Amino acid sequence: MALKKPKIIVVGGGLGGLWATIRIAEAGHEVDLFSLFPVKRSHSACAQGGINACLDTKGETDSVWQHTVDTIKGGAYLAHQPPIKSMCEDAPGLIRTYDRMGVTFSRTPEGVMDLRLFGGVKNRRTCFAGATSGQQLLYGVDEQVRKHEELGRVKKYEWWEFLSIVKDGQGICRGITAMNLQTMETRTFRADAVVLATGGLGLVYYRSTNSTNSTGAAAARVYQQGANFVNGEFIQFHPTGMPGDDKNRLMSEAARGEGGRVWVPKDPKDARDPMDIPENERWYFLEEWYPAFGNTVPRDVAARAIWKVVHDHKMGLGGKDLVYLDLTHRSPEFLKTRLGGIMEIYEKFAGEDPTKRPMKIFPAVHYSMGGLWVDWEKDEATGGMKQPSARNHQTKIPGLFACGECDGAYHGANRLGANSLLSASYSGRVAGESVVAYLKGLEHGADAVDESAYVDEKARQDGLNQRLLSGGGTENPFLLWKELGEVMRAKVSIIRNNKDLDIALEQIRELRARSGNLTLDDTKGWANAPLAFARQVQDMIVLAEVMAKGARLRDECRGSHWKPEFELPIPEGKFPGDPEFEEYRAKWKANNDEWLKTTVATHTEDGPAISYEAVDTSIYPPENPRDYR
Amino acid sequence: MTDTIHIKVKRQDRPDSKPYWEEFKLPYKPQHNIISVLMTLREEPVNVKGERVAPVVYEANCMEEVCGACTMVINGRVRQACSALVDQLKQPITLEPMTKFPVVRDLMVDRQSMFDALRRIKAWVDLDGSYDIHVHAPRISPKDWEHNYDISRCMTCGCCMEACPQVMPLPWGKPKPDGDFIGPAPLAQVALFNNHPTGGFQKEDRLNAIMGPGGITDCGNAQNCIAVCPKEIKITDAIARLGRQTTSQALKNIFVK
Repeated sequence: MALKKPKIIVVGGGLGGLWATIRIAEAGHEVDLFSLFPVKRSHSACAQGGINACLDTKGETDSVWQHTVDTIKGGAYLAHQPPIKSMCEDAPGLIRTYDRMGVTFSRTPEGVMDLRLFGGVKNRRTCFAGATSGQQLLYGVDEQVRKHEELGRVKKYEWWEFLSIVKDGQGICRGITAMNLQTMETRTFRADAVVLATGGLGLVYYRSTNSTNSTGAAAARVYQQGANFVNGEFIQFHPTGMPGDDKNRLMSEAARGEGGRVWVPKDPKDARDPMDIPENERWYFLEEWYPAFGNTVPRDVAARAIWKVVHDHKMGLGGKDLVYLDLTHRSPEFLKTRLGGIMEIYEKFAGEDPTKRPMKIFPAVHYSMGGLWVDWEKDEATGGMKQPSARNHQTKIPGLFACGECDGAYHGANRLGANSLLSASYSGRVAGESVVAYLKGLEHGADAVDESAYVDEKARQDGLNQRLLSGGGTENPFLLWKELGEVMRAKVSIIRNNKDLDIALEQIRELRARSGNLTLDDTKGWANAPLAFARQVQDMIVLAEVMAKGARLRDECRGSHWKPEFELPIPEGKFPGDPEFEEYRAKWKANNDEWLKTTVATHTEDGPAISYEAVDTSIYPPENPRDYR
Repeated sequence: MTDTIHIKVKRQDRPDSKPYWEEFKLPYKPQHNIISVLMTLREEPVNVKGERVAPVVYEANCMEEVCGACTMVINGRVRQACSALVDQLKQPITLEPMTKFPVVRDLMVDRQSMFDALRRIKAWVDLDGSYDIHVHAPRISPKDWEHNYDISRCMTCGCCMEACPQVMPLPWGKPKPDGDFIGPAPLAQVALFNNHPTGGFQKEDRLNAIMGPGGITDCGNAQNCIAVCPKEIKITDAIARLGRQTTSQALKNIFVK
C-alpha cells in the first residue's frame, strides 16, 4: 500500500541534492532540504570549466559512445560500466534542461551553446558558462528549488548539520538527527527516505581545492552506521592548482583546453622573467611526452608528469614545487570572454595578470572518485542502468540514498574533467527518481516506527556533544586537523609507497585516539563553530584511515593511485601490434585479473575492514590499456 | 612591512547582546587573507590582553570569491574576506559584520532577506518540468548572453545591499517589511530573468512585484552598489532598463484591464 503523505529528507544543497529535491518535489512529495549554509553557497559553485555532453555541434562527429569509452578508460576501467553508459546517454537531455532553466551557457555567433576541449578526449564536448560553469549550473537548480519552495513542496533547513541517520528495528533508514548551527540544539526528523548529497572530502588533506565545508563528515557518519565506502584510495590531484597556505585555488582544466601550455625553463637555474625566455629554451614536457593529447592529457597523467619534472628532474621553478601554465599567447579579449572567472581569481590572489605572464601552478588535492557504495539495477535489454529503479543510488542501508561526489559510482580510478558536474547532476536526478520508486514499494512509513528509535539516537548525539563541551580534554581540534593534513599530504599523495603508507596508518590511528580527547575554546550554547568542527575532525580521521588502508592494500598503479614499485610502463616508442606492446598488454591484462576490482570498506571498531567486489565491464571490456601518447 | 598582523574585531556573542571590540595580534606571514588569519586565530585564540577567548565566528566556504559567504566590512569597506589580502590592507585591520543584516554572532550575519526577495520576484524560469523535452531554450545572441552572464554571476553576497543608502538595517528575528527597499541585487535578477527568451514570459509578474512601495522607485541612484560589487556587475544599467520596463508596465496596468 502506498504511503499517504511521504516525507523525504535531502541532505546537501549542491547540484546532486538540488536535482534530487526537484525530482522528488515534481513527483508531488514533500522534501525537507538540509544544508550547513544557504544552498546557493555550495561547493558546486567552485567548478569552473564545464560539463560534458555529446552535442556534436562542432563538426567532429563526436558520439555518445565515444563519451562513454573516454569516461571508462579515463577511469582506468574501475567504474561499473552500465551506469556510465546511461549517464553519457542522458547527458545531452540534462544539458537541454539546464539550458531551459536559463543557465547562461556561452554562445557561438549563431546563439547556440558553444563547446570547448577538455582533458582525456579528442573532441570538443564540454558545455560551459565562461569559467564559472558550476556556479551557473548551481544557480539554475537553486532557482528551480526556490520555485518549489514557493509552491510549498520544499522546506529548507539551512544552518543545520546532519549528524546521523535513524534506523528502525529492521535496519531501515527512517530519518535523521541534525544540529541547528545557531541554537546548537539537536533534533530528530522522521523521514521515509533520506538522500545524502554531501559532496567531497578534500579537507581530509587540510589544503585542497575544496571549500571549507567539504570535510566528508556526513559520508563518514553513515559509513560508521553501516554504509560501505568504496575506492577511498582514489583521490584526484588536479594538475593546475595555485599553491596557497590556506587553500589551493583551482585553475580550471579549461585553461589547457583553451590552449594553455605547461612548461619549465630548460635550465632549472634560469632566473629570467618567463616572458624573456625564448621558445627554444622552454621545455613543454607534456607536449613532448604525449604528442597525441599534448597539454590535454587526463588529470592523473598531467599531475604525475608535473610531479616527475619537479621531483625527479629537479626542474621546478626556482627549485620550488611550481611549473608554468601559460596562456599569454592568447589575446586578452579571448581570455576575458572564455576564462574571465579564473583569470580574475589568479590576478586577485597571485597579484599578477595571467594574460601578461604565465601562471605558476602545482597539482592539488581536488576530487574523491571513491565514496559511498551505491547499488544500481541493470537493464538487460539495453545493457545500461534500468530507470527508474528503487535500487539505483541506494546505499547498503535500505532507505538511504547517496548522490554527487559523496557516492563512488562513476569515475573509477580517475575522473575526466567536466564529468563531475555531469555525474553530480545526473546522479541527483536518478537518486530523486529512485526515491520515488522506493516509496511505492514501502509497506509502512516512518510514522509507524517506535519513538524510542529517535529518542535513543538523539540521546547518543547529545552525549557526543556534551562530552566535547564538558571540557577536560587536551587536544585542539584545529591543530589536530592540521596534523592529519600533514600526514595525508606527505604519505597518501600523488606517488605512494607501502613503507610510508604503513607509517601513515599508524599515525592516523594515533590521531584517532587523540581525537577522543578534544578540548574546545568555545563552550557557549550559541553558534558554536568549534563544536561542529570538532565533530567533523573526528569523522575526517575515520575517512583518512579508509583512504590510507585502501591505498596500502592496493599493490598496483591505476589512475590516480600510483605505486612506482608496481608500475607496468608502456614500452617507449612501441604501439599496438608491436611485439613489445603486445607483451605489455598481456602483463596489463594479468594485472587487471588481480586488481580490477572495487575496494569496499566496512566500518568496525578496529578500523576499516577491506573486501573487494567485481566490476561490471560489459560495455567496453578492458582490452585496451590507457595510452595518451 | 611589520612582523605582526594586528586586527580589531567587532564581536557580538548573540543577536540580542551588545557588540564589543576585541584585538588580536599574530605573526606575519606573506599571502595571508582575512579568512586564513581567522583560521590561524582559531588555533590559538588569545587576544592582545593575553586572555584565551572563544574563536571569532565567521562564515566562509569557497575561499576563492565565488560563493559569497565571507562578506564583511574590512577597514570600513564591504567585501569578501577570502580575497582581502593582508599585504594590501592598512593595519590595524578592522573587521565588522555587515550592518544591513541581523548579526548571528561576531562576523556572521543572516542574509535570509535576500533569498526571500528572490522568491518575491520569482527569480526563475517557469519550467513545465525538469525532464528532457528534446529541445533547447531558444537561441540567445552573444550580446544578450553578455548582459545575462554579467548579472548571473551575482553571488547574493550582500555587498550592494550593505553599501546602498536606501536599504534599511534589519533587526534580528523580523521579516523584512514589504515597504522597505528590496535592494539592488534582487532588482538586477529581475532584469536577468526578464531578458531571457522564456523567462520573459513572466515579465509582468516580476515587474508588478517591484512596482509598489519598497520597489524600484526607491532606488536613489547613489551608484554605491556598482562601486562595491566584487564582480563589477553593471547593476545600475540593469536597474535603468527595469525603470523603462516598469514605466510601460504601469501604463499597461492602467489602460489594459
